[in-house]
Amino acid sequence: MSSKKTQYQLKIPGQTDNLELIRLFVAAVADKVGFAADDVSKIELAVDEACANVIKHAYLKETKQPIDVVIEIDFKKLAIIITDHGKGFDVKKISKQDVKDYIAEMRVGGLGIYLMKALMDEVEFNSQPGVKTQVKMVKYFLKNGELKLAEEK
Amino acid sequence: MESFEVTKRHDGDVVVLNIKGYLDAHTAPRLENEIQSLVDESRYNIVVNFSDLIYISSAGLGVFMGFIENIRDNSGDIKLTNMNPKIYRVFDLLGFPTLYDILEDEGEAIKKFSLNQ
Repeated sequence: MSSKKTQYQLKIPGQTDNLELIRLFVAAVADKVGFAADDVSKIELAVDEACANVIKHAYLKETKQPIDVVIEIDFKKLAIIITDHGKGFDVKKISKQDVKDYIAEMRVGGLGIYLMKALMDEVEFNSQPGVKTQVKMVKYFLKNGELKLAEEK
Repeated sequence: MESFEVTKRHDGDVVVLNIKGYLDAHTAPRLENEIQSLVDESRYNIVVNFSDLIYISSAGLGVFMGFIENIRDNSGDIKLTNMNPKIYRVFDLLGFPTLYDILEDEGEAIKKFSLNQ
């Protein structure tokens, strides 16, 4: 089984009017590699949420800094790695967020990370404050795809 | 370029906002301004018709969260109508259907406001 990865990359200024271009890029790649329209729209929204968070929270709407969007495709999955060089955050606090609290309190914001987790198969944060912050999100081509492909050997 | 538009019309005491296009972190402030201007005019019976909306992110949902409490405190409501399944899924994932009045049809929403008066 080949472990060859194909990589696509977009480096773009972190400003909200670029969210559209980011979505177009991600949706085009997801479509090209064979995801159904429903999954393409999930991936597109998850990436929008991640990048909107970078612009709002990491870059505090300062627009000159770039967002790096890398998509890696291998035989079983699409992985998206979004990197920023903003102020970073405590990853442990993110994992404790509960969307029910936000909704119950009608609090604006904080919904993006919950959506990302609901839309993608895996979401992982890694923040080195002052250096870089990365979010990696994965969508598998098939549920149980690893097992099914392994049987083809 | 993709775009977002809000158009406003009145049906008695109800204001209907038709939203069209792509509602994300870039375009959400336009909807926010529109609803804020209604609140400033003490217009609290609001229907938002989603039939021409193609895309929504959490920034769009956040707009409704920002106003709903104040509007309900003033005996009004924001009723959301005519969502396509893709848009509804985002609301559903975040648990909005239990907290917001989401209806199939704009006419139904307008009728509910008139019944409550």
